[in-house]
Amino acid sequence: MIENIQLLAQNPVGLLNLIIDGIMIGAIFALIAYGMALVWGVMNIINLSQGEYVIFGGFLAFYVSTSWELQIGAIGLSISWPGIHALWALLLAPLVLYLIGWLFYRVVIFRIVNRDMFTSILATFGISILLQQFMNGVFTADDVVARHDMGTWLAWRTDVGELAIERVRMVALVFALIVGGVLSVYLKHTRDGQAIRAVAQNARAAELMGIDADRVYARTYALNAALCGAAGVLIAMTLTIHAFTGLIYTVRSFMIVIIAGLGNVTGVIVAGIGLGAGEKVAEVVIGTSYQVAFVTGLLLAVLLYRGIRLAMQRKYLA
Amino acid sequence: MTLPTSSSGNPANRRFVLLCLAIGVLSIAAPFAFPAIVKQLSIFWVMVIVAYTWDTMGGQLGYNSFGNIVFFGAGLYMSAIVQIAPFTNMRAYTAAGEQGEALALSMGQYLGGLAPGLVAAALTGFVLAVVFGFIILSLRGHYFAIGTLALGIFLAQIFANWEFVGAGSGITMPEFPGQGRASDQNKSILFYFLCFGLASATIVALRWLYSTRFGLAINAIRDDEDKAEAMGITTTRYKVVAWSVSGFFLGVCGALYGNIVRFVDPEETAFDGPGLGVWMVLMAVLGGKGSLWGPLIGAVLFHLTKELLWTYLLGFQNIVLGILVVVIVVFFPEGIMGWVRSRWPHMFGESVDLSRQAEASK
Repeated sequence: MIENIQLLAQNPVGLLNLIIDGIMIGAIFALIAYGMALVWGVMNIINLSQGEYVIFGGFLAFYVSTSWELQIGAIGLSISWPGIHALWALLLAPLVLYLIGWLFYRVVIFRIVNRDMFTSILATFGISILLQQFMNGVFTADDVVARHDMGTWLAWRTDVGELAIERVRMVALVFALIVGGVLSVYLKHTRDGQAIRAVAQNARAAELMGIDADRVYARTYALNAALCGAAGVLIAMTLTIHAFTGLIYTVRSFMIVIIAGLGNVTGVIVAGIGLGAGEKVAEVVIGTSYQVAFVTGLLLAVLLYRGIRLAMQRKYLA
Repeated sequence: MTLPTSSSGNPANRRFVLLCLAIGVLSIAAPFAFPAIVKQLSIFWVMVIVAYTWDTMGGQLGYNSFGNIVFFGAGLYMSAIVQIAPFTNMRAYTAAGEQGEALALSMGQYLGGLAPGLVAAALTGFVLAVVFGFIILSLRGHYFAIGTLALGIFLAQIFANWEFVGAGSGITMPEFPGQGRASDQNKSILFYFLCFGLASATIVALRWLYSTRFGLAINAIRDDEDKAEAMGITTTRYKVVAWSVSGFFLGVCGALYGNIVRFVDPEETAFDGPGLGVWMVLMAVLGGKGSLWGPLIGAVLFHLTKELLWTYLLGFQNIVLGILVVVIVVFFPEGIMGWVRSRWPHMFGESVDLSRQAEASK
């Protein structure tokens, strides 16, 4: 561990490269966390199936980018798919996930909107188990990557090392920023977005003003799923995904939201890229096999820090 | 008219003793009546224990923990170390992994390892709960729920990277001495009665605890923690004690479970947060949170359903379990005991003023 730190200290360009890589991944984390903050703020639900929507989008990207054949003997159906560029999945995944999110809202979530937090945590955790097992059984139980052949961009070559950035990560960063920007404009300046914010402030008053809160909730939840789907496509192109790795994205976005606070877009972005960069450096220092332990340990530390700070200010946590 | 409160003093106790006797006789006869499924029956008692210990936190104290699995897993690993390390080179043994031979011991060595293993597991669960309790029980509500979820994943990862206990490739528990069907049956019966005994001890101990001042205090914390504190209850101490009672029984329970299943994988056996960690919550919720018999009823129903699903829905059972979680939580949050209680309140010593109800409905 100490040797790793020394290695990093001797190679500042490598360290810079790590941090830049981390920032680009962190932008995607921020996107996922933004969705979680939206659902939390508007519906008062902590959506533990967040990560599974991400992985679902990732699998869609994988199946868009690889060639496959499907034969159903019973009805004599045979489909073959040539495999196109993974970025096309950015059109498909949000649509599919919007429908899935809307479906889950209409079947389950609308029943728990006004119930206690425990019910919503457990119910969304149930959805997360359901989706995990579905993806594991129906898609594939292997680690997959969406192939993209976009190569790396050699940004800077020096005597001590070089700065090479994968192009796909730059696309991910730009796309995450665009989506985040469009979403905040949507929330601030369109009628639909204003309706969402009105319901978040006071659902009862909003209903008296003629807003159908149920429809707003449905739209919010589906929008969050679509956001996760898009983020999932970018994740599948930059990292590896597996049917069971969703939970860690939920943990990350929960952490980002409690660091930033609800309704703080700048905070979410800063916390997201901070987490991404920190994780990347920690990955080198303590090893990739401890990555999940690092993220969960960091969440515990953040929760405890928050608890201690609130206790010192004599504020109650509930 | 006010119904008389029937369950004060002796009749309730007599009913409890009779019920216990009936369950006890059935449970002692069960392994001999159904010798083919003794292992499943012991796992049923494991389910009962985890459901009861979860209910102490979630039902009685009002702290919905997703991390109770931590004590289960830690107890399991501690007993593995105590049962293996004195008899062989632990490092070489775990390095061989699944391919290596399981440790063969004489009966004296086996039992001589098992007994201290169980004690060590209990202490591990207890000590860990005290340590984590002082740190994590300061969180409340959903922060506690997600904090404990993270704690479970965190420890699973630590154990999955710890070479001494086999890291990610797991560890095989010592072989029960003897060969052939008779020895297998002996092992199953031994562990059945250990599990049954532990479950009975858990239920009796918890029933006693709930009837003391401690029970009143943790229920007060569940109902309103700030008020309880204002009334002079040392909330932190009570919370930590409640969790360490859970941890104590869960530690032993984990050790027994490890010996029953024999092969221990860090993420799928010991720290199975998405599996056992959720099932324990589900069983308590299904039976009725915060009631004495709820977790038992929940465990019976859940275990039966699960075993049937495993038999008839091969491949889809886990998807169905996910659906089950959602359905139970969304449609049946009060559980069976909660439903019985609202249907026949006088059975719980609650009096209903029927005359006022009649007036109100006029």
